[in-house]
Amino acid sequence: MIENRPGLHLAAHLLLIFGVCVVALPVWVAFVASTHGPTAFMSGTIPMWPGPHLVENYSRMLDSGLSTSGTPAVGHMMMNSLIMAMCIAVGKIVISVTSAFAIVYFRFPFRGLAFWCIFVTLMLPVEVRIVPTFQVVADLGMLNSYAGLTIPLIASATATFLFRQVFLTIPDELTEAARIDGAGPMKFFRDILLPLSRTNIAALFVILFIYGWNQYLWPLLITTSADYYTIVAGIRRMADAVDGLPQWHLVMATAMLAMIPPVLVVIFMQRLFVKGLVETEK
Amino acid sequence: MASITLHNLGKLYAGGSRAVGDVNLDIADGEFIVLVGPSGCGKSTLLRMVAGLEEISEGEVRIGDRVVNKLEPAERDIAMVFQNYALYPHMSVRQNLAYGLKNRGTPKAEIERRVNEAAEILQIGPFLDRKPRALSGGQRQRVAMGRAIVREPAAFLFDEPLSNLDAKLRVAMRLEIKQLQKRLATTSIYVTHDQLEAMTLADRLVVLNGGKVEQIGTPLEVYRRPASAFVAGFIGSPAMNLIDSRAVPHLPGTAHAGMVGIRPEDLTLAPDGPIEMQVLAIEELGAQRLVHGTTGGEKLTIALPPEGSIPDSLRLSYRPDALHLFDRKTGKRIN
Repeated sequence: MIENRPGLHLAAHLLLIFGVCVVALPVWVAFVASTHGPTAFMSGTIPMWPGPHLVENYSRMLDSGLSTSGTPAVGHMMMNSLIMAMCIAVGKIVISVTSAFAIVYFRFPFRGLAFWCIFVTLMLPVEVRIVPTFQVVADLGMLNSYAGLTIPLIASATATFLFRQVFLTIPDELTEAARIDGAGPMKFFRDILLPLSRTNIAALFVILFIYGWNQYLWPLLITTSADYYTIVAGIRRMADAVDGLPQWHLVMATAMLAMIPPVLVVIFMQRLFVKGLVETEK
Repeated sequence: MASITLHNLGKLYAGGSRAVGDVNLDIADGEFIVLVGPSGCGKSTLLRMVAGLEEISEGEVRIGDRVVNKLEPAERDIAMVFQNYALYPHMSVRQNLAYGLKNRGTPKAEIERRVNEAAEILQIGPFLDRKPRALSGGQRQRVAMGRAIVREPAAFLFDEPLSNLDAKLRVAMRLEIKQLQKRLATTSIYVTHDQLEAMTLADRLVVLNGGKVEQIGTPLEVYRRPASAFVAGFIGSPAMNLIDSRAVPHLPGTAHAGMVGIRPEDLTLAPDGPIEMQVLAIEELGAQRLVHGTTGGEKLTIALPPEGSIPDSLRLSYRPDALHLFDRKTGKRIN
């Protein structure tokens, strides 16, 4: 739609600016909070402009962390989160791309059943099956380990389904040409399918990385050792001061730091991400 | 280089429906065979059985002196050109050409030599490092053929390779394919639904209908003596007139036939000719003028030189040997 009416432009921009404000305001408040001293929040009014304690607050969190809440330094928790998010994203992609390959390109008995079994797990997210899953992980001795943090979250119906759709759009003739060119199934997978779904893999990586980074309930449940605390669960532990008021300025500084890696992933993969979602030509 | 033999070849699908039945064909080394027929006649299925992309349910296929029924496509020593080109979109033209050779473990220097040679034959040298998406339809088609040439296979299989090109380019590429095939002298099987393409390319035509072979012969044989009413109506443009013999009872020698066929170009104007025609429409083609009309309730088309004016009613004559007679029930030729 191309229209040239200044009033409409103005209205559209005002609306967009309003939307940006709504989204950005909480982030701004968090940032402002992270630059004030411990007493700024006790007075009842929330300051709207940055205070003088920025360097002090951030260096304290990166250095030693908030020892009263039993959480380690922020850097350590960020590393845990990074390992968890990477393992979940990479693991999910590897598993779903290979299972979609099997479902689309091989004729084996109960192929349809296999696909529907995977599909049905869409209706069983971690929150629903949390008790039995916890039991299984505990019995396998995976509490307080990276394996316990990631493996139960890796199986993924959504990603399998997405790759299935991607593979279905690849013309049969391409598969046939590869067969005539002497490419066996694995060679076809490596030389043709993977490069063709490169942008989809990138798009999925962004989504899954953020999914993994934002995991809250599961890490909270299965990590009792401070060595395996993730940043998101850690923030909650900090805010949960036992006696005394939460140290909001430090909690907010941690929250700001926790935002950085997902933002970086989105910024650096944005081009591929958009391409992966809109590209249709194969 | 090799001959190809199809022996009692047939294709049955799981549901019991038959796509192709009883095809027998001996293709000589270096011969250009065109499979032609309307859509759904089984011509592509036949080609894909030779290629190994479709399982063979009856009979056998020999390439050279090997029975290839159970061999993978890559082991049959064939190369195929697809209708939508089927180029690997993420590889450059050079990689597209080299991929099959690389998979077969051909030495690097040899691959390089063959790719350059094919590029020169097809004049795609300047595009070797481009991606297929940056090429025009005609150029993509050349690359697809290049991919077949570098393999130096025993046979080329073409599956309607020109259908996606515009009319002008199609004519040019048709000629190029013909010249290329003559130059390389590689046995070729070419599938098309376009009878003009079939006529111009083929050493021998195989006309298929409903999964059965209607006629095998050189283009001129098929044109001059079509073996059935179907072939008569399918080969030749404008199509042969097929008239129920009861509509023209006065034509000598046609009484025992069910159908009388006569090509539009075999009919001539004659003031006292035996056929009377009511004119319905005139098409000017420049070199020719097609006049459409009816005689005795049956449709009739004639091709005339584009001179003079056409009255509403014409009388037509023909050479007696230009009549093709077909049986009403079986459609088979009877004269």
